[in-house]
Amino acid sequence: MRDYITEASGNIAVDDMILVKDMQATAGSHMLEGFVPLFSAEAVERLENKGYSIAGKANVGEFGLDLVGEFSYYGAAAEGENLCGGSAKLVKDGSVKAALGVDLNGAPRRSAALSGVAFMKPTYGTVSRYGVIPCACSGEQIGVYAPNMKAMQEVLSVIAGHDAKDGTSLMHETYDYDTDLEISGVKVAIIKEMLEAASEDSRAKVLAYAENLKKKGVVVEEVSFELARAAQSAWQILMAAETCNNLSRYDGVKFGYRTPNYENIDELYVGSRTEGFNLLTKQTILYGSDVLSKNRYKVCYDKSLKVRRVVADAMKAMLSSYDAVLTPVCSEMQYTAYDISDAFKNVFKESFFTAIPNLIGIPALSVGGVQLMGNHFDESLLMSLAKSVEGMGA
Amino acid sequence: MKYEVTIGLETHVELDTASKIFCACGGHSSPKEPNDCVCPACSGMPGMLPVMNKRVVEKAVTAGLMLNCEINRYATFDKKNYYYPDLPCAYQITQLFHPICVNGKVEVTTKDGVSMIGIKQIHMEEDAGKLVHDEWTDTSLVDFNRTSVPLIEIVTHPDFHSAEEVLSYLEMLKSMFRFGKISECEEGAMRCDVNISVRPEGQTELGVRTEIKNMSSFTSIERAIKYETARHIDALERQTEVLVQETRRWDDTKGRTFAMRNKETEADYRYFPDPNLMPIVIDDAWLDEIKSAMPKKPEVKAAEYAEMGISEKEIEVLTGERNLCDLLDGVVALGASVKDAVAWILTECAGVLRKNGQVLSDLQITPEKLAKIIAMVADGKINRGAGKKVLTAVIEKDVDPEEFARENSLDANTDESAVAAVVDKVLAADPKSVEDYKNGKTKVFQALFGACMRELRGTADPMVIKKLLEEKLK
Repeated sequence: MRDYITEASGNIAVDDMILVKDMQATAGSHMLEGFVPLFSAEAVERLENKGYSIAGKANVGEFGLDLVGEFSYYGAAAEGENLCGGSAKLVKDGSVKAALGVDLNGAPRRSAALSGVAFMKPTYGTVSRYGVIPCACSGEQIGVYAPNMKAMQEVLSVIAGHDAKDGTSLMHETYDYDTDLEISGVKVAIIKEMLEAASEDSRAKVLAYAENLKKKGVVVEEVSFELARAAQSAWQILMAAETCNNLSRYDGVKFGYRTPNYENIDELYVGSRTEGFNLLTKQTILYGSDVLSKNRYKVCYDKSLKVRRVVADAMKAMLSSYDAVLTPVCSEMQYTAYDISDAFKNVFKESFFTAIPNLIGIPALSVGGVQLMGNHFDESLLMSLAKSVEGMGA
Repeated sequence: MKYEVTIGLETHVELDTASKIFCACGGHSSPKEPNDCVCPACSGMPGMLPVMNKRVVEKAVTAGLMLNCEINRYATFDKKNYYYPDLPCAYQITQLFHPICVNGKVEVTTKDGVSMIGIKQIHMEEDAGKLVHDEWTDTSLVDFNRTSVPLIEIVTHPDFHSAEEVLSYLEMLKSMFRFGKISECEEGAMRCDVNISVRPEGQTELGVRTEIKNMSSFTSIERAIKYETARHIDALERQTEVLVQETRRWDDTKGRTFAMRNKETEADYRYFPDPNLMPIVIDDAWLDEIKSAMPKKPEVKAAEYAEMGISEKEIEVLTGERNLCDLLDGVVALGASVKDAVAWILTECAGVLRKNGQVLSDLQITPEKLAKIIAMVADGKINRGAGKKVLTAVIEKDVDPEEFARENSLDANTDESAVAAVVDKVLAADPKSVEDYKNGKTKVFQALFGACMRELRGTADPMVIKKLLEEKLK
């Protein structure tokens, strides 16, 4: 069992998916036990340069692939009634001011929702991915856990901006985030399909949130977005394929875990990976390998790239009639323990609510147990909406 | 029965770039010791992202233009997945879906005539590392120096019909790439996969194709093609074996090819577009920039030189090395006569190098310094012998020519009166020879001339000495 921060000596916690120089980086996996990086992530450097101090690493589910951090090799990411990601809990406790997380399939957004804090996955390309333990490069982003929108805006402003070390980093040097945009008259759509797929408590959260927004003059309407299912499948395919590819570097040869039982190179590969990864990771790798295989590439991977474009166009159309989108972020507001053999299925089911922003790169804010999505670069609008109803209760 | 052999080539060439393709580590000529040039990126550590080296694109486009290819204005990178200990990420970044150059063609000349070879495509990719097998301890060691060194792969159509054509093509690629400063193509920097099939003459369908992988010596390539052709013909003619489509390995010691294990060849590489590298878009401005930086082709240069009155033999040597052409052009531009420039490069420079066991391709001298030496000799500031001494020092120690001549008292004594004084001194010291000369024994002139040269330590113009001696002996 490794030591994650318990008592904070700094004001920022960092999910163990992000590198901090000289601090062990494990991605919650046995595979990376003892791996100490030679450099810090760009986002971490930016925070340190602005005078923030890194309190330490927070536990995550193995490679960020699970629901809320329940399947870390180093024990569940957090204890308590509502099991949730380590960072979310530290922010909720007030142990740290804010935390950095990597959102590749919604885990930080779900953790935030279940523990009563906020997490913003910003627009793809605004925060450098330099120093992120890579899984699903085309859709994963560093985001911020924060107790409120003021802290969110403050930290996000520091970490966002162009970085030449990341070829997908957008060219804007800085971003001026504002949490006080005029929101009266803003139009918000609730995706009907997602509302219907959520359980009673989650649906109630969304409807209550909508009522609060209406009190502030926001127009809220239910709208159908039929491509939500296609988006979920497409992201599942792309995410698994890219993760499979990125995790192939952990082969027991250079660093990380190496099986003690091998006679030749094949046994070294197979043994190290069999013993180093958990079942969910292995299933993700197998699934990703399958969708990339010669016979399936056209119908799975290539098709998903096309679906990505179609979903992006449809969402753009929707966001030309509406300014933002409101949805559930989890199907249930209570975490129920389950066996890892059900993880692949359960994560896929929950990704119905979270896949679109990963797939097409738009910002998504998990706040007050619900999710707000917006056009690329509309983080300010999402934060302003959230801030306007802060403290109103649900 | 007569048979026709059909061959297609895939040639990998390591590019001469200062740094690797996706990180700042030194390129292929940098490393000295194993794992000298390795960083978190090219050793596959998590958290590093690939950043494209622009020079690689420029060199690949230059190669494409030299091979008459169409340049794709939109090119992308893909990931190819396979496990091998010398591949730290367990994937190679290469180009499958949108390669940088396509549809080229190039003429190849052999003693049997000229044939046209189609170039299917040229793509960029990263090299893998190296495994060093230590048989003493029965272990394998990994050297990541070569990991992520940029490569281009040139894929031809199956247009070759003999080993001679293949060799002529490879020789041409080599001289073209050296000339274009794309690659020095030294030992191991050029590696070939040969696809080969044999059919009875007149048959329209191609025979069973085998691929011989990863050969870097031209002699091996020639031997392998000849061996494989014979093996195919034997199989067709005498049913010695059933030919199957497979990948084979050339064993240079045994002089034959061996089938590789299926496991090594039937991999599904699960290619997909690399999301970390944005598509490369080559606009007109960039393409023009690359074109204008391109050297003239050797044959264009040769025609230019012929017009300047340089002999065919000299042209052949000069155009074999891009550096020599650049040097000659530079020296002539700085005012040297073509005749002097050619002679100093091909005779004097070559002479100095030869003494050091080097050849012309090793020549390291700036056009400015060589032009200065030539001018000093042409203007009589130093004599030709002193000029050679200066040249030697410049080539070996990169000194300043004028300073060196001054410091070593090699400047010609152009002051005639000073030379005359020395001549007088020599004559006064040897009245017997003067007497003999005046009596018709003109042979003694050489001895007197030598004595003057010695006295002046070779600094004076011999013509001046000769003139003064003749005057004073009259």
